[in-house]
Amino acid sequence: MKVFGKTLLALSLAGAFAGHAIADNKVLHVYNWSDYIAEDTIAEFEKETGIKVVYDVYDSNEVLEAKLLAGKSGYDVVVPSNSFLAKQIKAGVYQKLDKSKLPNWKNLDPQLMKTLEVSDPGNEYAIPYLWGTIGIGYNPDKVKAALGDNAPVDSWDLVFKPENISKLKSCGVALLDSPTEIIPAGLHYLGYKPDSQDTKELKAAQDLFMQIRPSITYFHSSKYISDLANGNICVAVGYSGDIAQAKARAEEAQNGVTVKYNIPKEGAGTFFDTMAIPRDSENPEGAHAFINFIMKPEVIAKISDYVQYPNGNKEATALVSEEVRNDPGIYPTEEIMAKLYAFPDLPAKVQRAMTRSWTTIKSGK
Amino acid sequence: MNLKKLFDGRRLVIGVPFVWLILFFLLPFAIVLKISFTLADVAIPPYTEILTYADQQLDIALNFGNYLMFTEDTLYLDAYLGSLKIATVSTLACLLIGYPMAYAIARARKDLQTVLLLLIMMPTWTAILIRVYAWMGLLSTNGLINEFLMGIGLIDTPLRLLNTNFAVYLGIVYSYLPFMILPLFANLVKHDLTLLEAAADLGASRFTSFWRITVPLSKNGIIAGCMLVFIPAVGEFVIPELLGGPETLMIGRVLWQEFFNNRDWPVASALAVVMLLILIIPIVLFNKNQAKEMEGKL
Repeated sequence: MKVFGKTLLALSLAGAFAGHAIADNKVLHVYNWSDYIAEDTIAEFEKETGIKVVYDVYDSNEVLEAKLLAGKSGYDVVVPSNSFLAKQIKAGVYQKLDKSKLPNWKNLDPQLMKTLEVSDPGNEYAIPYLWGTIGIGYNPDKVKAALGDNAPVDSWDLVFKPENISKLKSCGVALLDSPTEIIPAGLHYLGYKPDSQDTKELKAAQDLFMQIRPSITYFHSSKYISDLANGNICVAVGYSGDIAQAKARAEEAQNGVTVKYNIPKEGAGTFFDTMAIPRDSENPEGAHAFINFIMKPEVIAKISDYVQYPNGNKEATALVSEEVRNDPGIYPTEEIMAKLYAFPDLPAKVQRAMTRSWTTIKSGK
Repeated sequence: MNLKKLFDGRRLVIGVPFVWLILFFLLPFAIVLKISFTLADVAIPPYTEILTYADQQLDIALNFGNYLMFTEDTLYLDAYLGSLKIATVSTLACLLIGYPMAYAIARARKDLQTVLLLLIMMPTWTAILIRVYAWMGLLSTNGLINEFLMGIGLIDTPLRLLNTNFAVYLGIVYSYLPFMILPLFANLVKHDLTLLEAAADLGASRFTSFWRITVPLSKNGIIAGCMLVFIPAVGEFVIPELLGGPETLMIGRVLWQEFFNNRDWPVASALAVVMLLILIIPIVLFNKNQAKEMEGKL
């Protein structure tokens, strides 16, 4: 018994030391969205710095947040969206960035930095990575077949007018399964502020969604990429870059399916994904090096080319391929830019009301 | 009491399951129970402390609001009922399909039995997630089933199979069937076949002897199999998430929403506590029943 106990102690100590040995400056744990980086970014970074990157992915802000709030996530760099960033900063999840270690900071777009101050006053904790809009992806041939030549593909009328969407039901309509990103679109369409916290206005938005509910095939936040590309659905309200990926996949497959993306003329929601360093990071040195590397214009331009999302780096725009840079669905025109709105950080009560409302919309209960 | 007595073999053997129970059930449950009496907060971890000590004063703050909330909104009751319904129907389906299979295996030749049991268990060697994804491929609009049915001309437009309650039932029955068959087999294989011969000699039909001898004798196998299917099915999250549609309302989904969408760990914990209570009642009843039977036999 005694011998066994000692062995156990020795083993656990050995384990503890081994665990410590891994946590030195040569290993960096990066936690990013899935399909959200260029193929060679990590390899280039490893080559330049000699730091080994352990790269892990998630597909929702909620999953990232749950890990961060539980504490000791084990990650050194994470990529939260701005609407989640504010609460996480308040909860004390992140450490302040040491700007002396980030000489490439000068490349960031000052206008975007100002927008980000809503979530991160003084830009102390996060840098903008990529951003995008939530608009309408569609299959022009199928929509034309269902609604004729004058289908309002550049307007939220396509989705929110029951007489339009009911005709699209047979070819399939998908909606993002994310109440805090999709309910604001309904509020905005009704002429209310997208960040309204008024119970009556939220109820009106719920009624709007209930009206179109029977025509919606499913609610999901990533499945529509392959379904749009395969022609399984003809309309998806989704993330701009994801729809661009659907377009690319359809072109690759040469299956006769075309996919287009429009930011509706009424305006649309924008999200900014940011990079930040958790307070309990074991390699903040490496994390700063990684963020600084990402802020190199040539690095982030390559990422934008690959994932089809615009970045927050002013110097990089010229380096992004023309095809991506001149696509108004990816880099919106000035006129559209003025109509975009950001998703705010909502109080817990409003958040709960939205989630509840969304359950009613989805299940009818 | 000296050390030797404390660590003698017998105590050790009895102690292992207790240590297991305390470490992997009671302790985690105590933590969940504790969180269920706190308030959500913007912090790490995202809830308030129950005990605070300041100025020589120990404050205990218990928040019962999380439990009261369940009575204010019918969503929670609907979700519990939805889960219970799906679990009950799936369990019955598993029993109806599993009993004949277990019976056939138990009455098969000894050398065949091993092979048949292996066949039952073999699918479980693949990860559950992959098997559920395979069902998604089969059931989707342009999946194999729809393509086959359209190919033979039985239907013109694809059936909506995926993202329905039907798909959830199918997924649960498929995934949990082995857990029904194995305890049933273990029970059926021990039956004394001379009892059936005696019944036949006395003029009972095959159905009567099955219904009045085999079924009552296999009661414990039925209960064990049903519990092994029912209990995990109530809290099932992966299968309804992947195969279910928006109308599939189950408690696992609501729990996910509270935890992730609303960042409300206390309410999520309270939901888990209530779910555990719902599940513990049938287990306690079963244990009592078994204890009684054991006494009867002695």
